[in-house]
Amino acid sequence: MSFKIITKNLNLWYGGFHALKNINSGFEANRITAIIGPSGCGKSTMLRVFNRMNDLIDGVRTQGEVLIDRVNILDSGVDLVALRKKVGMVFQRPNPFPLSIYENIIFGEKIHGEHIIRDKLDEIVEKSLKDVLLWDELKDKLNEPALRLSLEQKQRLCIARLIAIRPDVLLMDEPCSTLDPQATARVEELMRELKNKYTIIIVTHNMQQAARVSDDTGFMLLGELVEFGRTDQVFKAPLDQRTEDYITGRYG
Amino acid sequence: MRKLKEFIIEKLILICGLASIFFVVLIFLFLLKEGLAVFKTVGPFKFLFGKSWYPISEPAQLGILPLIFGSLLVTLGAAIISIPVGVGCAVYIAEIAPAKIKEILKAGIELLAAIPSVVLGFVGMITLVPLVKSVFHLPTGLTALSGSIMLAFMAMPTIVSVAEDALYSVPKTYKEGALALGATHWQTIWRVMLPASSSGILAAVMLGIGRVIGETMAVMMITGNAAVMPNSILVPVRTLTATIAAEMGEAVVGSEHYFALFAIGIVLFIISFAINVTADLFLHKRQ
Repeated sequence: MSFKIITKNLNLWYGGFHALKNINSGFEANRITAIIGPSGCGKSTMLRVFNRMNDLIDGVRTQGEVLIDRVNILDSGVDLVALRKKVGMVFQRPNPFPLSIYENIIFGEKIHGEHIIRDKLDEIVEKSLKDVLLWDELKDKLNEPALRLSLEQKQRLCIARLIAIRPDVLLMDEPCSTLDPQATARVEELMRELKNKYTIIIVTHNMQQAARVSDDTGFMLLGELVEFGRTDQVFKAPLDQRTEDYITGRYG
Repeated sequence: MRKLKEFIIEKLILICGLASIFFVVLIFLFLLKEGLAVFKTVGPFKFLFGKSWYPISEPAQLGILPLIFGSLLVTLGAAIISIPVGVGCAVYIAEIAPAKIKEILKAGIELLAAIPSVVLGFVGMITLVPLVKSVFHLPTGLTALSGSIMLAFMAMPTIVSVAEDALYSVPKTYKEGALALGATHWQTIWRVMLPASSSGILAAVMLGIGRVIGETMAVMMITGNAAVMPNSILVPVRTLTATIAAEMGEAVVGSEHYFALFAIGIVLFIISFAINVTADLFLHKRQ
């Protein structure tokens, strides 16, 4: 069994605050791994290690190793542009750019591509929108501002914008927290379809969502990865008392 | 008793609030009354598009086209200089500068805004005018170009502070989104931050231009004040504002000349009003 992403003794500090404590884990390709835990447990921080988004915050210090395809991405020499092209992220609040729908999707192609052919762009837009099941709804209004879409459409568009640059890994930071239950169900369905092509890691505070959608689950508490395993096992027969307490709703 | 006090205070505040509008209307009416009188002697078309401004010859020729061109030329030049530099400066302050440099720059920009225009004009007269003269081998350095450069300094603080504000209010999520897609810092600024703040930046530009077009003292000191049709940016020009300032003192009250100066005031009023309204529209679009 080969892991797509491996963390070895990963530690992270925000100034003096120890946010990730000695995390050892392995994420498999073509599976959905959920990271659950109460607010402030470090789950978003961990996700943001994988595409080095924490670099944007002043005073962050990281230790240990994070191997993606056997390359340590914490090395100072890592090409962040290439890393982020390969490891894409979907945010909690849908954040399409204030451009047209079309421009949003080809954004990645425009910043990474050198020779851009109009037909190829059209093709990318169509394929990406089809992948997120938005093509039929939006094909006639590709030039409309993306900010006019509904929240769910915006979030799907953000996913389309991401898969247009053909990443390997999709990081999703509570992607459904602003959506209503129906929209959430549809986005979860989309995730299941996408996992054939991508390694998906989803951070969520919604335990039902983790149970529904994920193959593996990690439970974090106060910066520690308390438990990590197959979702069935973590939810039905947790090994750690703290996991059981959280899952049965005793705190969090 | 307490009720009466409340009542009086409320009404006083109301009067203060209405006063500003009242005075604007009053000023505008006064301008109209004095200015429109000029059209008894010269038609509006001839006034706006006449190419000769000889207000005290006999008969007086009251065409303000050279003055309008003078104003536009100086303003355009100032805009060409101050917009790229100002927006660039705003981008640097908002996105790139480390905290310490940012504070120093912001203080510097505020200081620039605080320099009285007569001082700027004076400094320009001593330093810039001879420089322009020798660089372009001109008979005089008192040209539209000198005015443009000096006015660019006056427009810059407005452009920088309003544009920086616009950039700063772009949601952080846009920036994160772009970076997470693998955009470089510059690509993020160019393709996301600037488009997202475009209406605010346009408002900044309009406000800067509004400042330039209404400016009087500095231009009067360094543009040479020749009321002729300019054929390049390297000749002396006279702006609308400078004309009023220079000639109002010597115009006989009630003469055509006097009325014509008021009519120029109306033209200026309309131009700045239009610019401010445009800027306002952009600012509202942003919110």
